[in-house]
Amino acid sequence: MEASSSTSSHYNVTATWEIRIDKEADIVAVRQQVRELAKEHRFDQFAVAALTTAASELSRNVWAHAQRGLARITVLQNGNRVGLGLEFVDHGPGIADLDRALAGGFSTAKSLGLGLSGTKRLVDEFSIDTEPGRGTKVVIRKWKKEF
Amino acid sequence: MPSGPIPILKIGSKLLATIQIELHDTVVDAFQNDVLEEIEKTGANGLIIDISTLESVDSYVARMLANTGKMAKLMGTETVIVGMRPAVAATLVRMGYFMEGIQTALSLEEGLELQGNRTRVPDEE
Repeated sequence: MEASSSTSSHYNVTATWEIRIDKEADIVAVRQQVRELAKEHRFDQFAVAALTTAASELSRNVWAHAQRGLARITVLQNGNRVGLGLEFVDHGPGIADLDRALAGGFSTAKSLGLGLSGTKRLVDEFSIDTEPGRGTKVVIRKWKKEF
Repeated sequence: MPSGPIPILKIGSKLLATIQIELHDTVVDAFQNDVLEEIEKTGANGLIIDISTLESVDSYVARMLANTGKMAKLMGTETVIVGMRPAVAATLVRMGYFMEGIQTALSLEEGLELQGNRTRVPDEE
């Protein structure tokens, strides 16, 4: 099952970090790395908080539902625009009812049920690919606002 | 003494907890228990949680903070969360979380003022 919302864009990946998630502390590690990168690339404070929170929600999903997985953080360049991309891959139980999970208010494990639906509202691009019994891959991107 | 790494100070009849560290889930869990135990131990009639150093609050932390306030209320103690940063407020509302039922104040001073109005009057003259 797939779902995505994105403005299709062509971009180059200028840097990549990978963080393995297999313990609770890794949620914090992913969050801190994303916060540092977002600040380094001078996202405004709202975007920094949005990216950091999204990273936290999605890495917690991996930890809570699959126990292990991988976070890939990429710095993106599209012409003069800078973006951050986050990818979370796990081979956990997957999501049986994706529409419901994306609608929000669907609480499982350690979340408000706002993890996916909430995250989607914090970023510019969001896509998810999941299959029950196989795992889940979530990709998000947020572009720095140019004024 | 609190078992977690977040200090909880007694100031008069209030408790003040200032969160100054990166919040692991286990830290938040310990904090919730610590606060409730301190309320029982001290008989505090007010709890102020200062989150002004937090640059982001995810749905788990937000729910734990809100629940801590609800639990304290069940025990008879009102909670005020103070110092939420603009970006944290914006992020929570964009995600669809409004921290319903939780009192907030801009600053520690305002939080104390809010709670000051509820200070218990001593029984004896």
